[in-house]
Amino acid sequence: MNPQLFQLICFYAFGFVTVAAALSVITLKNTVHAVLALVLTFFSAACLWMLIDAEFLALALIVVYVGAVMVLFLFVVMMLDIDQEKMREGFVKFLPVGLIVAAAMLVEMLGLIGVRAMHAQAMGANPATAAGLSNTAWLGQALYTKFLLPFEIAALILTVGVVAAVALTLRTRGDARYESASQQVKVNPRDRVRIVKMAAERPVDETPAPPQESTP
Amino acid sequence: MADQLINQLLWPIIYILCITVPLIIAVAMFVYWERKVIGWMHVRLGPSKIGPFGLLQAFADVVKLLIKEVILPTKANRFLYFMAPLLALIPALAAWAVIPFSSKMVLSNANAGVLYLLAMTSLGVYGIIIAGWASNSRYALLGAMRSAAQVISYELAMGLCLVCVLVLAGSLNLTDIVNAQAGGKGLFDWFWLPLLPVFVIYFISGVAETNRAPFDVAEGESEIVAGFHVEYSGSAFAIFFLAEYANMILVSFLASILFLGGWLSPLQGWIHVDAPAWINWIWTGSWAWLFIKAFVMSFLFLWFRATFPRYRYDQIMRLGWKVLIPIAIVWVMVAGCMKFFGWVSIGVGA
Repeated sequence: MNPQLFQLICFYAFGFVTVAAALSVITLKNTVHAVLALVLTFFSAACLWMLIDAEFLALALIVVYVGAVMVLFLFVVMMLDIDQEKMREGFVKFLPVGLIVAAAMLVEMLGLIGVRAMHAQAMGANPATAAGLSNTAWLGQALYTKFLLPFEIAALILTVGVVAAVALTLRTRGDARYESASQQVKVNPRDRVRIVKMAAERPVDETPAPPQESTP
Repeated sequence: MADQLINQLLWPIIYILCITVPLIIAVAMFVYWERKVIGWMHVRLGPSKIGPFGLLQAFADVVKLLIKEVILPTKANRFLYFMAPLLALIPALAAWAVIPFSSKMVLSNANAGVLYLLAMTSLGVYGIIIAGWASNSRYALLGAMRSAAQVISYELAMGLCLVCVLVLAGSLNLTDIVNAQAGGKGLFDWFWLPLLPVFVIYFISGVAETNRAPFDVAEGESEIVAGFHVEYSGSAFAIFFLAEYANMILVSFLASILFLGGWLSPLQGWIHVDAPAWINWIWTGSWAWLFIKAFVMSFLFLWFRATFPRYRYDQIMRLGWKVLIPIAIVWVMVAGCMKFFGWVSIGVGA
């Protein structure tokens, strides 16, 4: 078996899994199953990227989307208390809208591919292999030299997004009580516990004397 | 055709078995060692009845677990319930593909080895969450939520620690990272010295990622019985157990490779004697050094468990987000300065 044929078989296998998983995302009844199907879609898409030597992109997709984003997504979906039957009701009603959106996206994508084809920019050789570097090293060099400004701007925009998200959700109630760990650490034991030193004493007589009647 | 099939299919499978089968046996022995060590620390004997010194205790436990009935809770999601242990085990075993045991002994000398490791360790959380959800139990779901929040938080700190190592080594390849720690100053050439705070943070995050004491709120026996695997019995539970311990051993190996010079000898560059190979490895380095280092690191897991009381959930989050991550971020910049101004020697040539 020559490597190219093997690669082709792998491509079709991963491609089939990707498409099947993507379809089941929108057809599965159980929402948790749907999210897991989405995870599978991402994973097999990462495998497809791996086939074209885009190893950094593939592994970053798994680390970021599969490992973090989808976990949080899964959380939210697990906590939802939804009536599965009700969710299915609107399927026929919303089908035309969905089809229109799908058709519009298809036309746009075909248009994009068509415009690309008109420019006749055939995919060149893999620039990383041309430069004799690993995919990650080449990507890093390109990002930090040629595309430094766009890269930094993207980072800044993301930071703004994080700050905005925190600012939107950070609400404190006036009457809420919090523990301050730094204050807890600073506590001086002498303020809390009094250690008394005293000489050892003999125990008082074992049987206590009967309480004496005291006349008021 | 047959030759190619053997070369491309059979040998890799044999290599994979050469890693996973000893790993599974190591897990069994590690469980025995853990019970023994914690027993000694508690001034008890630990397992002592089965086999010499109780050595066969772990195998007896495995047999016991395998012949127990696997119970499916009512209204549990059957498919996901049985998928979850596998989803926990597969990444735990798959991560071993890129671990270099010595300069030549590595299954896959991948260029993006560290990224691959990050990807695999981040997949492990799915087994836990799905187990918690699919078993249709409050305790299991609570345990899964705690565990997932904890793993995601500490993954960030761990990722930043890895960034420091990558900055110094200048490579994502684990073999290159170890070679970057070679030099003439013995163990002072390894990355633990310039990256000391990061080394500590990495190991703390590793303990938290594997949900081990003192970060074991995900299991929290006193609060939520056993956490995400409370409904699992028999072999399904055994698989979770296997995954957890395989991950512990993995973290120990990674700490040794990233910060303690992997297979390099702590005496490198100090002794130049031509001795037979069975003595020579002591100063030229071999897989044995990696195993010794990993053994010491994995002992720390057990020591922690016997020493520290369990963290509260909010304390875990505070430690991760407010202490470990800021220190790691600062040290990324420090590592950048070290590299830029050449304060640390990288590799033999420097």
